[in-house]
Amino acid sequence: MTGNPQLTADGRLRHLLSIEGLPAEILVQILDTARSFVSVTEREVKKVPLLRGRSIFNLFFEPSTRTRTTFEIAAKRLSADVINLNIATSSQTKGETLLDTVANLTAMNADMFVVRHAESGAPHLIARHVGPHIHVVNAGDGRHAHPTQALLDMYTIRHYKGGFDQLRVAIVGDVLHSRVARSEIHALTTLGVPEVRVIGPRTLIPAQVERLGVRVYHDMAQGLRDVDVVMMLRLQNERMDGALLPSAQEYFNHYGLTAAKLALARPDAIVMHPGPMNRGIEIESSVADGAQSVILPQVTFGIAVRMAVMSILAGNQG
Amino acid sequence: MKLLIRNGTAIDPHAGSERRADIAVAQGRIVAVGQAPEGFRADHTLDATGLHVCPGLVDLCARVAGSAGEARAAAAGGVTSAVCPPDTDPPLDEPGLVERLIVSARGFDGPQLHPLGALTQGLAGERLSEMAELRAAGCVGFGQGDAPLRDHRVLQRALQYAATFDLGVWLRPQDRALAAGGVAHDGEVASRLGLPGIPVSAETVAIASILILARETGARVHLCRLSSAEGVALVRAARRDGLAISCDVAAAHVHLTEMDIGYFDARCNLVPPLRAQRDRDALRAGLADGTIDAICSDHIALAADAKEMPFGEAVPGASAVELLLSLVVKWAREAALTLPAALAAVTARPAAAARLAAGSLQPGAPADLCVFDADAWWRVDDAALQSGGKSTPFQGVELPARVRHTLVGGRLVHSAR
Repeated sequence: MTGNPQLTADGRLRHLLSIEGLPAEILVQILDTARSFVSVTEREVKKVPLLRGRSIFNLFFEPSTRTRTTFEIAAKRLSADVINLNIATSSQTKGETLLDTVANLTAMNADMFVVRHAESGAPHLIARHVGPHIHVVNAGDGRHAHPTQALLDMYTIRHYKGGFDQLRVAIVGDVLHSRVARSEIHALTTLGVPEVRVIGPRTLIPAQVERLGVRVYHDMAQGLRDVDVVMMLRLQNERMDGALLPSAQEYFNHYGLTAAKLALARPDAIVMHPGPMNRGIEIESSVADGAQSVILPQVTFGIAVRMAVMSILAGNQG
Repeated sequence: MKLLIRNGTAIDPHAGSERRADIAVAQGRIVAVGQAPEGFRADHTLDATGLHVCPGLVDLCARVAGSAGEARAAAAGGVTSAVCPPDTDPPLDEPGLVERLIVSARGFDGPQLHPLGALTQGLAGERLSEMAELRAAGCVGFGQGDAPLRDHRVLQRALQYAATFDLGVWLRPQDRALAAGGVAHDGEVASRLGLPGIPVSAETVAIASILILARETGARVHLCRLSSAEGVALVRAARRDGLAISCDVAAAHVHLTEMDIGYFDARCNLVPPLRAQRDRDALRAGLADGTIDAICSDHIALAADAKEMPFGEAVPGASAVELLLSLVVKWAREAALTLPAALAAVTARPAAAARLAAGSLQPGAPADLCVFDADAWWRVDDAALQSGGKSTPFQGVELPARVRHTLVGGRLVHSAR
């Protein structure tokens, strides 16, 4: 298996499986295209006919309401036909059925699959088995990647900061289990952010993560000093079960974002969160709703970014 | 039946020699290497001009038991003695099962079968199996496959009991809790791909425990499938201290690293996981200095759809028995080792570790032989493998050395077309 499975032979985007391995030009193309769609989402008639007659299947093997909804809205604003399939993995005999499902949907003349799956790499597997005219968009796989989330985060950063090449960015929390963090790290380094930091307890930082081009901090106060962007991660409740953390309270005391800790960052720093937030665990309400928070605009930009991804993919045939 | 293998280059890893010599075989045994005895009249001759002749390979882990097809695949790989782990279905915890497997293998065109018995009943990790009875049935050692033991108490008692009868205990060192949920080496690649990791400590904690208990009980232990630099270092130190311990490594781990996983290549989902470059280098160094006794295939024939799943859900393992010789010769070339030195890791040394009368060209030894072309390069084509298992991480790779003929007990069980 050589070459990047998400690019066509001439280097255009065929699938969006991961940020890793994508050249900066493609990321910038997506962000620029998204900018043109932001205005669409603000219009009275929020539709463009770019994907009229195309069928987009949302294949959610893992439950998700938010992400699925934003993909659905994005597809509908592009005038595509959207079919939602919520496939609980528990009722399946796993992988076999995954490819069977894909084969069946292909026979229904699908044009694009938007895939969420609990196993890292599932969208890669699907992409290897679909016909040449079908595009796969990764909507989150295991701990691996969530590329559209990272792209909307990049859109948000560019919107508020104007660019990437002078920034210090900190990603805070459960990096180990986070597909969002992995995609954010690749996006930030690819777009030229000179300093990307990850902050968290040793139990939640992946082995050799510095090889991805980040600096590791275990002390949040040190890690937040002088940063321009603070990207918080969601902490799942089940992390208290496996001897990873003693309690939500202790986690909040050391890694929760409070106004006092945020004051260590640059005064114009922005605060981001992929949602859904656990207020009082990873972020204090006053910060989440405060003047430096851009969490709600992230959601709005998310639709435009997903429109951009789908329209670019649909335009890259063969 | 008398056979003369003519004009080949005979490699005796036991003696460390490589020389042009005919090999005379009678009644299933080697009678001479070089000058055939006075009055030796061959019924058949085998022309080995331009080819090498070495003892048949002794594979310390090949799941080929009970299948004519897998036996043929092993023969095609030059394997003449196959040690089979006990994790068959049902597990090898009854003498009758063991006898049946050994007898059935005699009817196949394949290697001699040397089963490992289940260390515990049903491999459940709790009650000891009837080890002495199982040895009488033909088991060459006892193990758990990849099944865990309940606790160190069971391990200690199993070692004590095995030591009573001087039985070898074969253990794959892996701490169950430290490895739980993991599917790849806990390093750069797993972190990048978001795959749950198996830390090196899962291996080293287990090795340390086994070494302590082996020392305490005096049991003869063979460690299966080392994967890490730290694991090799622990074994090296233990051997230096005089502990009677042996170990092996799978051929894939001599060549591949975590990097080969690439974009979730499930063919690289192996047990133990492929680790980092420095681990692979340490495994090679361990082989070269004798810390590691043997290279095994760790062959398993998986169903066609076993890898058609996301990486973490794919069934681990690979079809490997037909690649074993080539992978050893490839390693020899890369490490600048002589063929006798490299081939010792698949002949004389594993035979010694398993106490098998194999792996030698001495007159009187069984005529288990592998005739191969060391300079024939071939491209691995999974569809062309004899084995029913088609999944190999070496698909499409160009490898040196092809097996031309395999003899077990003087009988030709494989000839390449």
